[in-house]
Amino acid sequence: MEKNVIIELKNISVAFDGEPVLKDLNLKIRDGEFVTLLGPSGCGKTTTLRIIAGFQEPDAGEVIFEDKCINGVPAHERQVNTIFQRYALFPHLNVYDNVAFGLRLRKMPERDIKQKVEEMLELVDLKGFNRRSIDSLSGGQQQRIAIARALAVDPRVLLLDEPLGALDLKLRKDMQVELKKIQKRLGITFIYVTHDQEEALSMSDTIVVMDKGEIQHIGSPTDIYNEPANAFVADFIGESNILDGVMKKDFAIEFSGHVFKCVDKGFSEDELVDVVIRPEDVDITTPEKGMISGVVTNVTFKGVHYEIIVDIGGFKWMIQTTDYSAVGDKIGLLIKPDEIHVMKKSKYSGRYGDYSSFSDEMDHISDVDEILVDVEETEDE
Amino acid sequence: MNNKTYNGISAPYALWCLVFILAPLCIVAFYALTDANGNFTFANISGLSIYTDTIARSIYFGIIATLICLVIAYPLAYFISKSKASSQKILIMLVMVPMWMNFLLRTYAIMVLFEDSGIINTILTSIGLHPIHMINTSGAVIFGMVYDYLPFMVIPLYTAMTKLDYKLIEAARDLGATGFQTLKDVMIPLTRSGIVSGVTMVFVPSVSTFYISQKLGGGKYTLIGDVIEMQFQTAYNYNLGAAISLLLMVFILICLAVMNRFGDTDEGGVVA
Repeated sequence: MEKNVIIELKNISVAFDGEPVLKDLNLKIRDGEFVTLLGPSGCGKTTTLRIIAGFQEPDAGEVIFEDKCINGVPAHERQVNTIFQRYALFPHLNVYDNVAFGLRLRKMPERDIKQKVEEMLELVDLKGFNRRSIDSLSGGQQQRIAIARALAVDPRVLLLDEPLGALDLKLRKDMQVELKKIQKRLGITFIYVTHDQEEALSMSDTIVVMDKGEIQHIGSPTDIYNEPANAFVADFIGESNILDGVMKKDFAIEFSGHVFKCVDKGFSEDELVDVVIRPEDVDITTPEKGMISGVVTNVTFKGVHYEIIVDIGGFKWMIQTTDYSAVGDKIGLLIKPDEIHVMKKSKYSGRYGDYSSFSDEMDHISDVDEILVDVEETEDE
Repeated sequence: MNNKTYNGISAPYALWCLVFILAPLCIVAFYALTDANGNFTFANISGLSIYTDTIARSIYFGIIATLICLVIAYPLAYFISKSKASSQKILIMLVMVPMWMNFLLRTYAIMVLFEDSGIINTILTSIGLHPIHMINTSGAVIFGMVYDYLPFMVIPLYTAMTKLDYKLIEAARDLGATGFQTLKDVMIPLTRSGIVSGVTMVFVPSVSTFYISQKLGGGKYTLIGDVIEMQFQTAYNYNLGAAISLLLMVFILICLAVMNRFGDTDEGGVVA
């Protein structure tokens, strides 16, 4: 495993105007991997990418590329290329000249350039667009040209800074599939920055969840989803009910006034812990048959399932189920041992995972959040 | 807005153009093509060949001054456009402040600085260095042009650079361009409209200036503007003066046409 690490970040720290942006960051990226840096705005993910690209020098720490420290090596001498958030295509050049830009700098003969450009345009499915001006392209097409331009120079690592942020939902989904396909076909390392957890889950081999300049969790999408390292990760990736629990002994945990069987062990006796239960992992039954029971306070139809909020001893749970319940119904919950995830207490404990403030409007508010995130990210730079 | 009101609103401007632009041009052309008695003649125009040297010198000085302005202003404008928004305003103001001072006063100030017993030479001798002869040299004339017209180069370049997306520079670097290649292949093409307007705004007044060459060149470097002034002020030969003016105008138009060719971007180059 250790052998084919292509990029390593060692004890990287960066501060802007005295504000720490990255705090002692350590990360290894293996050759050929699709790695996603995931986190909310201001978590340092874009800064991490810029350090790898060579646009930002870390205040402390080392950037290692294939066992060589590349601190101080300027961007144009690094074997990494970037897809920028808003593509950054050269408006004074046409499609062909944009894709050929890096090749001309490498003094490649014009005949080889032509062949390479054709090959790249075919890869991104824009054959025959050679002479088109950049202005005449749609957002999705510009995105593809940006990919072709970066890949034309055969980078070892491709850095992608929220590349799909400006596209509409449908196009974004298509491009996700396409990017993944391109990555598999070329076998090069992709380092992808996004704040969209769904995008991260569906594309990545490895996800690096970041917050406040620190890595919270590194793992495969299933790891991150099923075994989140702390309350922040559990909340950021998907929906979670996060409760205070007490580890009675190995394989037994108490929360919501009931002792459940679980698959976790290795905690000290009566240790206080965080418990994560995903909304889709809860089965609904009658109050008598349930392990715990409560009253339904809100029901939202989501198409595939209902999203219901249940008040259990004052804590509001979110449950996703295909069985309809009406507001005011008393229901029981069944939770299987392997659907309970136990985490050590962290600084994030108690801040996430309670749906007591939940209302339908929350959906809209979270949309606004995403727009704000975009604006802030742009201002950062 | 219908056509009628549109015409109504534009009428004052049309009148202005007629009285203050078109009519004077016609008068200049009339003087240039007549003799003292008002008879039609080409003598004024054909007699201009004696000023070939003066015209050549004017254009040469103008080109040198414009190039120096460009070389100074380009990095300066870039530096200003990259600094914090609050400092940008102050820096641009500092560039403009000399323009608020009268042009004659500024030229006089340079004289006082450059004279053989002027401020610079006084300082040099007082610290034990040899004085330098600066006044009445071609260098002093060109310095005067650069000093007076530099803001006209900085402002359009600064405007062009604030519109430049810094990500494009990073993209070029990312694709393997060195600093110089980035400048040549990305920055200059994308700020071309600013370069063309700046060059125009410095070159035209430099070529036609008269005061700078008299005060800083000591009459040794007569420029075409000086000749025109002399014809009107001392020789009272309005016809010859008008002919030289006309010729200068044609020259400038040709220069602008050439420049517009260079600046022939999608935006259609600079307005001349």
